[in-house]
Amino acid sequence: MEAVLAITVGIFFAVGIYLILSKHIIRILLGVTIFGNAVNLTIFTAGRVVREVPPIIPVELDVPASITANPLPQALILTAIVISFSFFAFLLVLAFRAYQELGTDDTDGMRVAEPEREELPPLGY
Amino acid sequence: MAGETSKVVDLTGKMVLDPVPLADWLVVAPVAIPIVAGAVFLMLRHETKLHGWLALIALTATLAANIGLLARILENGPVVMTMGRWLPPFGISFTADTLGASMSLVATLVAAACGIYSIIDIGSVGRRYGFYAFMLMMMAGVNGAFLTGDIFNLYVWFEVFLISSFGLLVLGSEHRQLDGATKYAILNLVGTMLFLTATAFVYGIFGTLNMADIARSVDGARDTAPLMTLSVLYLLAFGMKAAAFPVNFWLPASYHTPRLVTAALFGGVLTKVGIYALLRVMVMLFPPELERLSVLVAWVAGATMILGTIGALAQTDLRRLLGFIVISGVGVMLAGLALGSAEGLSGTIFYAFHSMIAMTALYLLAGMMKGLGGSYSLAKLGGLYVGYPLLAAMALILILAAAGLPPASGLWPKVMLVRASLDAGAPWLAFAILATGFLTTLALGRVFILTIWRPSPAGDMPEVEPYPTGKAYLALGVLILPILVMGLYPDPFIKVAGEATAGILDASGYIQSVFPQGGGE
Repeated sequence: MEAVLAITVGIFFAVGIYLILSKHIIRILLGVTIFGNAVNLTIFTAGRVVREVPPIIPVELDVPASITANPLPQALILTAIVISFSFFAFLLVLAFRAYQELGTDDTDGMRVAEPEREELPPLGY
Repeated sequence: MAGETSKVVDLTGKMVLDPVPLADWLVVAPVAIPIVAGAVFLMLRHETKLHGWLALIALTATLAANIGLLARILENGPVVMTMGRWLPPFGISFTADTLGASMSLVATLVAAACGIYSIIDIGSVGRRYGFYAFMLMMMAGVNGAFLTGDIFNLYVWFEVFLISSFGLLVLGSEHRQLDGATKYAILNLVGTMLFLTATAFVYGIFGTLNMADIARSVDGARDTAPLMTLSVLYLLAFGMKAAAFPVNFWLPASYHTPRLVTAALFGGVLTKVGIYALLRVMVMLFPPELERLSVLVAWVAGATMILGTIGALAQTDLRRLLGFIVISGVGVMLAGLALGSAEGLSGTIFYAFHSMIAMTALYLLAGMMKGLGGSYSLAKLGGLYVGYPLLAAMALILILAAAGLPPASGLWPKVMLVRASLDAGAPWLAFAILATGFLTTLALGRVFILTIWRPSPAGDMPEVEPYPTGKAYLALGVLILPILVMGLYPDPFIKVAGEATAGILDASGYIQSVFPQGGGE
């Protein structure tokens, strides 16, 4: 199971990084999302995959009777998902506003903050 | 069910049973006060007249909590508070040691000065859009990152201050801001995701996320675990946050676009959180790996500081120039990390204190120049000495501080770093630090000549809107005072930096504070 997940994670990372290398903001954002999901799957796999044994302690015991599924990675992933979801929402709005205001979603064309031909500082006085 | 579950379970040794001593609540106060204040600002969105003063009260209270916390740590060693009564490593431990508490203190001081300046800089529209709520939430995230003892929690605090910084960055929605914010947001998000990836591997290898727990089990895992891969990932992730070359291009793209006080706060505080994380993770958890990477880190440090200052020499816009000066300061701090010796790391920590204060002060100075001279452009400013000799004096002190010349604060950490490089047999690194100081003197000295000595290029001083110089001088004064104290009486700061270094080089005190019985397995 870990091997399958590991290969999936690898593919996710590759796709995510490939998209992030693009010039267009919308493709970059899709890449960031896939990258984020790759990380979530990494956490899940890193927590060791145990199938179908819920981490529930029987009434008469104080500790689980056998090895159970690890609940902690799921808590970590939940945190990471909430964070990356809110970031994605913010970035989508930001990208849309930038597209509206600057008229482009090509990062090469976004030169408002750093103009291409800038005057040099005065060299004497 | 109630009858069946009411069986008495012996919780001794499984949970924290004693109530938390009142004094230990100080550990969370630097985070809790700004969070509560941020929530209050959301409720008082429309009472914009109150905002400035409320923010100052909240920041002063945070500052007081920080001072109390640092005093306590210097006396008794690291202070720990574990959330939810779970024993560490299961509960999230806030572990404040000298390094974290002192950085948190300086960051809050800087934020308080920005709070004073923001009263002039942020109008009622900005306040209504939540400037102060974002600012305090960001400080909560920064302080949380400095004080937490759990590496996943560190990631969460990174995200807290990151998302608040987005809000601050786009406040105003100008074209330049949208452009800068897009680059800042995406690149920083990728950086924190790399951090999260590395943290996933940490969890896979150690089965724990508590930094004290990792620190004590790392030696046993060294033979089997891919710690080198992990260290490189952390180095890249935190290097991105700290704006180290070659992953620093988000900084000059964005730091000159927001409101000036936002830029001042970012320039002072945010990159140093990256430096702090590098110190905490690389030095405390993975020192042998850092030693093997030291040549790489040294080259990165040298390139960052030299290219930063060269970038600064080519700028006309004051704020963009300062962005590059911030980057060169990051390079100087990385030099101490590359050396890894006690003196080098103390130099880095002392330089971080100095850099937080000096960079924010320089940005505020740029704000005053714009307010009084009407522009940020070196081509248009001039003649400020005629009307504002006090501004000229403050500018001189700040330029000396950034360049590392006496009597200001930059001198001593640079002396420590140069001496540590020579001791470590890396004279070229010492040369790079000194060359950076020289180039910074050139870049900022030219700013001084053009804006203050040179007669105004437009002839008379340009007509500007009335500018409340009193509050601006007060904000600058709050920062210049510690700069002068650090320069003229550096002993206590060197001592604190030394203790902070000792605390990360030998983590036993940190571990002992989290696991007092040595148990918890």
